[in-house]
Amino acid sequence: MPHIHLPADVPGIGAAFAFRPETAKPMRELAHILLFEPGSEASLSSRDRELIASFVSSRNTCYFCQTSHGAAAAYHVGGSPELVAAVCRDPSTAEISEKLKALLVIAAHVQGDAKSVTPGMVEAAREHGASDVEIHDTVLIAAAFCMYNRYVDGLATWQPRNEEMYQKMGARLAGSGYAQPGS
Amino acid sequence: MPHIALPNLPGIRGPMAFRPETSKPLNELVEVLLRHPNSLTQGERELIATYVSSQNNCHYCQSIHGAIAAAHLDGNEDLVQCVKHDFRSADISPKLKALLNIAGKVQQDGKKVTAEDVELARNEGATDIEIHDTVLIAAAFCMYNRYVDGLATVQPQDPDLYRQRGKMVARDGYVAANLTNVATPSLSTTEPELVAR
Repeated sequence: MPHIHLPADVPGIGAAFAFRPETAKPMRELAHILLFEPGSEASLSSRDRELIASFVSSRNTCYFCQTSHGAAAAYHVGGSPELVAAVCRDPSTAEISEKLKALLVIAAHVQGDAKSVTPGMVEAAREHGASDVEIHDTVLIAAAFCMYNRYVDGLATWQPRNEEMYQKMGARLAGSGYAQPGS
Repeated sequence: MPHIALPNLPGIRGPMAFRPETSKPLNELVEVLLRHPNSLTQGERELIATYVSSQNNCHYCQSIHGAIAAAHLDGNEDLVQCVKHDFRSADISPKLKALLNIAGKVQQDGKKVTAEDVELARNEGATDIEIHDTVLIAAAFCMYNRYVDGLATVQPQDPDLYRQRGKMVARDGYVAANLTNVATPSLSTTEPELVAR
C-alpha cells in the first residue's frame, strides 16, 4: 500500500504524478527530452536511451521503472525483450554497439557513486564515437533514474506484476513519449 | 577538469548552460520543490536538500544549498552544519527530524522507507504533501548530486562564493538566478568575478 493517499488503480509513477501535477510537469518534460526527442546532433536512438534507463532502474531494483522502460526499449526499432534482459544482465556481452557498452559503463558508475566516473571511461566512450552531448545525456539519464526510481519506491507506489500492462505502456511510451499526462 | 567541454561555470551551472533543453525542467523542478508556497518553509526544504547532498558527499550541492538554507535561517550556518552531521540533535522541529529520517532512507534506497517512518512523521503533524515533497526532494537531489559529480564539474572550495550566491538564490529563486547561465555565457568565460557569482 502506498505511504500516502495516491489515486487508486494508477500504477507506479503515474499515481505520484496525478497526486502532484506541479512537480509532474517538469519531470515529464525531462523524461521526454532525455528519452524521446531526437537529439540535436547524431545522437543516441530512443532504443539506446531506453536501454540506459532500464539498465539503471534494474541496478536500483525498481520493478516498475525497469519493466516499463524495458518494454519501451523492446518496442522501439531494433529492440526486443531478450536484448533488454541481456543488457540488464551484463552489457559487455549484449548485442549492442561498443559505444553503447562504453556509455553503460559510465551509467553504472553514475548509479553507484558518480565521483567514480574516470577520464578513462569517458575517453573509451569517445574512442567509440560518443559525442559530448551523448556523454552528458548518459550521465543525466542515469542520474535522473536515480531520482525516478527512488520516487516510485520511496512512496511505495502500486507496481503490479502484469506483463501485458507493461507491454501496452511500453508501446505507448515508445510511440508518443512522456510529455502528456496519461503516459 | 570536467569530463566534457562545459562552459566555465561552477557546479551544476556548467552542464545547465551546456544543455539548456534539459536545464529548463531541472530548474523548474527545483523551483517548485524548494521555492513555491508550501507548508514546509523554504529553510526547512533547503535543509532537506543540504542533508541529502551531504549524505551523497556532493561538495557543490551541499555547499550551495547549505548557504541558501542559512540565508533563509537568519544566517545560522551552525544549524546547517548540525543538521548535516547529526540532525537528531539539531535545534529543529520533531516533524522536520521525522522527515529527514525519511529523506535519509530515500537517499539510500526508496524501498527502505517503512510505514513506521511515515507514521512517525504523521504523528508529528506532517501532511501527505509534505511527505511526498520530502521523498521527491531527496530523490531529486540523488539526481542533481550525481549530475554534478558524474560530469566532474568545477566545484570551488571558498565558502564565501557559496555565501554570496546563496543569498542571491534565497532572494531571487533558481529560475531567475540561473538566467545568468545562458544570458551571459561570454562574460562568464572572461570575468572570473562574474563566474564566481
